[in-house]
Amino acid sequence: MLGNVSSVEVRSPRMIRFLLLFSRQGKLRLQKWFTPVSDRDKKKIIRDITHMVLARPPKACNFLQWRDLKVVYRRYASLYFCCGLEQEDNELLTLELLHRYVELLDQYFGNVCELDIIFNFEKAYYILDEFVIGGEMQETSKVSVAKSMEEADSLQETMEEYLNKPTY
Amino acid sequence: MLLQRKDIRTVKHPVWLPAVTSEVLTVEERTGIGEWNYRAAEGKTMSPESDAAWKRRRSERGTDTIMTPSVRLQEMIRVIRSARTQCEERGIIQRECADIRAQFRQGDNGERSHSLAKLLYVHMLGYPAHFGQMECVRLIASTRYSEKRIGYLGAMMLLDEKQDASLLITNSIKNDLSHSSQFVQSLALCTLACMGSAEMCRDLAPEIERLLRASNSYIKKKATLCAVHIIRKVPELGELFTPSARSLLCEKNHGVLHGAIVLITELCERNPDTLGQFRKAVPELVQIMKGLVTSSYSPEHNVAGISDPFLQVRILRLLRILGHKNDTASDAMNDLLAQVATNTDSSKTAGSAVLYETVLTIMDINSESGLRVLAVNILGRFLLNNDRNIRYISMTSLQKIVQTDHNAVQRHRGTIVDCLKDQDSSVKRRALELSLALVSAVNIRSMMKELLIFLSTCPPELRSHTASGIFNAAERYSPSKRWHIDTILHVLTTAGGDVRDETVPNLIQLITTASELHCYTVHKLYRALVKDISQQSLVQVACWCIGEYGDMLLKGECEEITPVQVTEDDVLDALKTVLQSHMSSPATRGFALTATMKLSTRITENVDRIRSIVSIYGSCIDLELQQRAVEYNALFKKYDHMRAAVLERMPVMDKNSPGHTNGDTFAETIKEPDLPKSAEEGFPSEPASQVYDLLGLLGATDTPLQPSPAPICTPPTSTSSADILDLLGELELTSVPKSTVTVYEKNGVSLKLQCDKQTETDVTVTLIASNSSQSDITNFTLQAAVPKSVQLQMKAPSGNVIPAQGLGEVTQTVLLNNPNKVSLKMRVRMSYSNQGTMFQDTVQIDSFPSTAWNCQPSISPL
Repeated sequence: MLGNVSSVEVRSPRMIRFLLLFSRQGKLRLQKWFTPVSDRDKKKIIRDITHMVLARPPKACNFLQWRDLKVVYRRYASLYFCCGLEQEDNELLTLELLHRYVELLDQYFGNVCELDIIFNFEKAYYILDEFVIGGEMQETSKVSVAKSMEEADSLQETMEEYLNKPTY
Repeated sequence: MLLQRKDIRTVKHPVWLPAVTSEVLTVEERTGIGEWNYRAAEGKTMSPESDAAWKRRRSERGTDTIMTPSVRLQEMIRVIRSARTQCEERGIIQRECADIRAQFRQGDNGERSHSLAKLLYVHMLGYPAHFGQMECVRLIASTRYSEKRIGYLGAMMLLDEKQDASLLITNSIKNDLSHSSQFVQSLALCTLACMGSAEMCRDLAPEIERLLRASNSYIKKKATLCAVHIIRKVPELGELFTPSARSLLCEKNHGVLHGAIVLITELCERNPDTLGQFRKAVPELVQIMKGLVTSSYSPEHNVAGISDPFLQVRILRLLRILGHKNDTASDAMNDLLAQVATNTDSSKTAGSAVLYETVLTIMDINSESGLRVLAVNILGRFLLNNDRNIRYISMTSLQKIVQTDHNAVQRHRGTIVDCLKDQDSSVKRRALELSLALVSAVNIRSMMKELLIFLSTCPPELRSHTASGIFNAAERYSPSKRWHIDTILHVLTTAGGDVRDETVPNLIQLITTASELHCYTVHKLYRALVKDISQQSLVQVACWCIGEYGDMLLKGECEEITPVQVTEDDVLDALKTVLQSHMSSPATRGFALTATMKLSTRITENVDRIRSIVSIYGSCIDLELQQRAVEYNALFKKYDHMRAAVLERMPVMDKNSPGHTNGDTFAETIKEPDLPKSAEEGFPSEPASQVYDLLGLLGATDTPLQPSPAPICTPPTSTSSADILDLLGELELTSVPKSTVTVYEKNGVSLKLQCDKQTETDVTVTLIASNSSQSDITNFTLQAAVPKSVQLQMKAPSGNVIPAQGLGEVTQTVLLNNPNKVSLKMRVRMSYSNQGTMFQDTVQIDSFPSTAWNCQPSISPL
């Protein structure tokens, strides 16, 4: 060796890189990226992953390897909830995390279905932001998220001009 | 209505693409997601609502506080979804986007938030939405909560740290971090943690540190995770957060505690001093964990009977880092781990997740041997679980410990081999990797049987990995040469298209050394060739052997195989079929042509036929083939007297020594100071060199950047070393010998650098990476940086996987143009993963001496 080589061992990575919700027809319903990814790469990742996940037979294992990522997915009715994890993360716990997110959506919308997420996609994002921050789960309690969503909504309501009452 | 819609639905779009066609309400979309999940177990199916019923149900509660829908947004979504063709949808979206742009231009009219929401929907459908970026910036600065909320959401979706617009929101975030409403603060925190660039992080770190000490736990939990993001972006800011992180451990709120533990984990992994400091906190962590395990039922945090599995897993993970290679810390947590490992109910996913994490922690710290046995047993139990997920996890973990606790894993071999037959490709992949790691001298025969069966049935994406795994295992543990050759041939017949390029020369080398098996091999290969000429690698080896040992084939006396009388015409027919087949690659044809030529001295009657075959290819459009044919023709006509000598059988090729990597051989050859530079090309100059020249064909099978595998190009005599360079082809001899120097050696990976001055200003640097560790290096990438005045061009690397034990290497060529002739410096960054762990290293090469850059570079620490 001719000289010292400085080296930094990159920590064993363990965060959620992205969360995707897509339908059985492969249509994207929600996407959240926790690391900077260019638009082109995003499209490619989404295409690859929906392809892979939709091709899986029912009752197959919920984990996949995609490049250097672990993909954890689960189907709820017509929607696939899908997470890209770094190598050292716990896949089983991620399944629980996805399930908790579904529970939170269900609590909020009341028997949530895909249409709720399509027409109120921003709400689904708000709930997610109360639940996960920067690729890490922020709240382990089932109650807190719903409570803070409710308060935030009422804050918005009081500030909202009353021109916009919903008419279905 | 529904029927009509069903008709449209027959156009299926399984892939999400930027533009989609007819989006129609489907029955499925109305099925309750939660409902489906909860009730599925009870066997009830959700009856889907009608479209109208869904609307009615939603409108009943439409006026309550939960829903604040923007009507126009929902209307737009409905219109887009009703589009029947892709074209129609595009038209609608174009109109909407024009409308949105107009709204944005108008400025504040109370509609901005709705317009942005619409744009975000359009964005999700895959249409361009960058024109909304500035609107996000404006909305964030608004005083209305509703506008801020959608503005921040838009920022997270439309901006990322690479865009300039993201700098504009730094100030707004800063203001909002000290806003009186916690919800506004929360928006700012969430956005920073999601998309904060290094610059933003530096600016806002003090604010976040202040919020860590806030009294409000809602803000505190978000601030901790924001701090985690900041440290990931700017590691040196870690010290700022260390003191507050320590005090957060006393928190009672699970959210804050969870965040604090994530933060401490992050800090400890980045800084050894911090790690030492937090080792003192092990008893506290153990207490918290004990509290969770023994606490009474708390519905808020309970998941399937496990009290807050999310927090438990985080604590276990932190304990793993703290106890790693440290006896005191490990001792302090032994009892706790034993308690968790024995008492956790693993019938549900949550419990399994905790157990899985516990096992990993036990295996990673200096734990008692009894505890390790317990951990391996848990994995063994997982392996028998009905749930595929659990089996998958079990094998992933066994893979991690197979190096350290080989015998313990070996006990589960039977079950693991059974998993090779699982239906699921994810499980198969794990089982394959584990099976390959479990092959040993004792079990090689039985394991190989299983692996070969697996190879014939496995999904295509696993085939090449399986094949190379089998080759590695066979090379290490083969009980006999005969068995080794048979195994490789078996792989080539089942998966010949999926093997690595070096397989052919490796196998040929193996065959030449096994002289007692030549007859057997050539018979076997001839039969394989007659049966199937589509597997290129197999055909190449077969041709080579027929060329070399054709006389043995014709004699037909082979003990081990039922003798079949093969006539000269049969053999020539077979080779001719290969030459003419459209399935043959140019390289394969080269093998076949040379084999035909070689047969001319091994057979007696049909030499004229060979002559005519060879002469046909004298006008072949493939240059390589044509050249060979012309040369062989000359050999027939002009140099017939020395034909027999030229076409003699190849000498036995030995690998230099076991474990000698290709890369080493290659580099040493290059280093030789006085390489004979005489033009060996001149054909024919002396009989011996012609023999090697014939070998040139073997070299041609490789892709240009890969050096020809050493075993084939290492002839027994030293005079022929120049031929190696001839075979390598790409590496032309220059008047100055190239210097090769090792610039990096760590984790079994070594990087060699070789520079070669082309002209006054141009220099070619070749980086050669090899791997002497036990496992393959994956995701290997190199990046290089040079001073500004120097132009750098990186050629494509030869691959991103370096096989274990020096069985291959990755080369990458870097072209440097130094018009100003400044003193050359280069920085090389490499990243790779070894068994799932990422490594990243940087080396600086400080001086390429200006007189001759091809001197040995000197390396300095960074």
